[in-house]
Amino acid sequence: MTTRFVGDSALLVDTENVQTAQQLCAVIHRQSLKGLRELVPAYNTLLVEFDPLEFDVMQFIRRLPQFLKAPPLRGLVREHDIEVTYNGEDLEEVARMTGLSILEVIQCHSAATYTVAFLGFAPGFPYLTGLDPKLRMPRLKSPRTQVPVGAVAIADEFSGIYPQATPGGWRILGHTNTVLFDVSRPTPVLLMPGDTVHFRPLV
Amino acid sequence: MITVLEPGWFTSFQDRGRNGFAHLGVPQAGAADSLSLRHANLLVGNTGNAGALEITLSGPMLRFEINTVIALAGGRLEAQLDDLPLPMYQSIPVRAGQVLTCGRLLTGLRCYLAVAGGFSAEPVLASISTDTLTGLGPSALRAGDALSVQIHILNQGWYLRAPPEFSDNVMLRVIAGPHKEWFTPSALADFLESEYQVRTHSDRTGLRLAGRQIPRSHLGELRSQGMVSGAIQVPGDGHPILLLPNHGTTGGYPVIAVVIHADQPRLGQLRPGTKLRFESVTREQALTALQVGETDLRTALVPADPGLLAARSLMQLAKSHPFLQEASLQMGQRKLRLRR
Repeated sequence: MTTRFVGDSALLVDTENVQTAQQLCAVIHRQSLKGLRELVPAYNTLLVEFDPLEFDVMQFIRRLPQFLKAPPLRGLVREHDIEVTYNGEDLEEVARMTGLSILEVIQCHSAATYTVAFLGFAPGFPYLTGLDPKLRMPRLKSPRTQVPVGAVAIADEFSGIYPQATPGGWRILGHTNTVLFDVSRPTPVLLMPGDTVHFRPLV
Repeated sequence: MITVLEPGWFTSFQDRGRNGFAHLGVPQAGAADSLSLRHANLLVGNTGNAGALEITLSGPMLRFEINTVIALAGGRLEAQLDDLPLPMYQSIPVRAGQVLTCGRLLTGLRCYLAVAGGFSAEPVLASISTDTLTGLGPSALRAGDALSVQIHILNQGWYLRAPPEFSDNVMLRVIAGPHKEWFTPSALADFLESEYQVRTHSDRTGLRLAGRQIPRSHLGELRSQGMVSGAIQVPGDGHPILLLPNHGTTGGYPVIAVVIHADQPRLGQLRPGTKLRFESVTREQALTALQVGETDLRTALVPADPGLLAARSLMQLAKSHPFLQEASLQMGQRKLRLRR
């Protein structure tokens, strides 16, 4: 496993895959290490942010292999059905670029079983793996300054849902009313890494 | 309570930000210049974490409905309390009914207004920071807002020994990496030799820089990964973006270097047009710089009784108004008079 320093206050750990990143994150989280600030698991990395005056980063690097050997955590895998109105701003263009009909794009996107790989970019934004390779395409060349709340979108190998109205460069296929992030809930985030997601088209 | 008569160009609540939620995609947000936030808080007897007002470009007009103590720290702000110019970097007693009128920032980009006891806005995920990327937290100030504050009695005033200066020519220390292999062999050396300028399309999430493009050895996108404040990201067009505390938690552009922690507060003061150069240092040097900064902060505050603070205010007043013949100032129980 390789680690790289990111400035003086963070370490980037390369992991084998998305599961190892999550697993490592959970194991490190349980250690309550002094001076640890943030853990940001992503697709095949874990970013470890720390206070350099308090955190013993060399000792942390030495202990990493041991953290990896910890028994896998069996988290509760929850399944979510998310209703989508497929009327997205980019639906027609995606159809044109893939050579599929609009109906085929919708079928392709809603037939797949997705897994929440990690959360990033904005509060509760899920990076979902499991997208049909036929729908794989790059981000918009110029991101939108405002993507509406609940936009269901795709980029590269991922599908995602915008929990807030933010700027964004993913291609929008549809919209959902499901609330992904709500600070008044005990757990503000609806979709957690490892969860399974199905999109149900609303007619 | 404090009534907002005018909000200023953009004034928001900021503290140290949301910590411990990055794995849920929640940006840290918080003060763009965390050192000035700490200065302002310490001057009114708060811990460094308390929420303060972050004033951008031009400041608000506020009416105080309570007796309290305030302090201003950061870029030099034109400000007056009723009709007297207000000094920065010292504790200022304020009486109920007084009006604080702020003008423009003359240096830097942001100034922090702290109040004894702190503002008691509704925290979201343990922070009252206004997150300008995602909208979490209280909204920015609007005319007519009533700001509640904690009542906190202060018997002791302070001033700051050596307030920082904010110039338009800045050297920032960086640590190279972590994505060296994404750039051409000479890219880092060229970057370190070049001068950059802060562009106007910059905000609390990041600064866009104009200057020599940084050539990448391969295009395509990095797999999204966690990003840190101070990271200098390079998109495909080669124009760097320097991340500030309100950046998104993950990003997909390779990073050529990261500004060291000790220099990061400075990033919040870089106004468009500021000229930047970067100097590469080691992790050890970065750590020493951080330690020196923390030690300096512990001895930065000078205790002063109200009389001395009033005298300092009058001196500043005399400096900024060379034709002033006579002025007097009430600070706490005392009245001071200046006569040329």
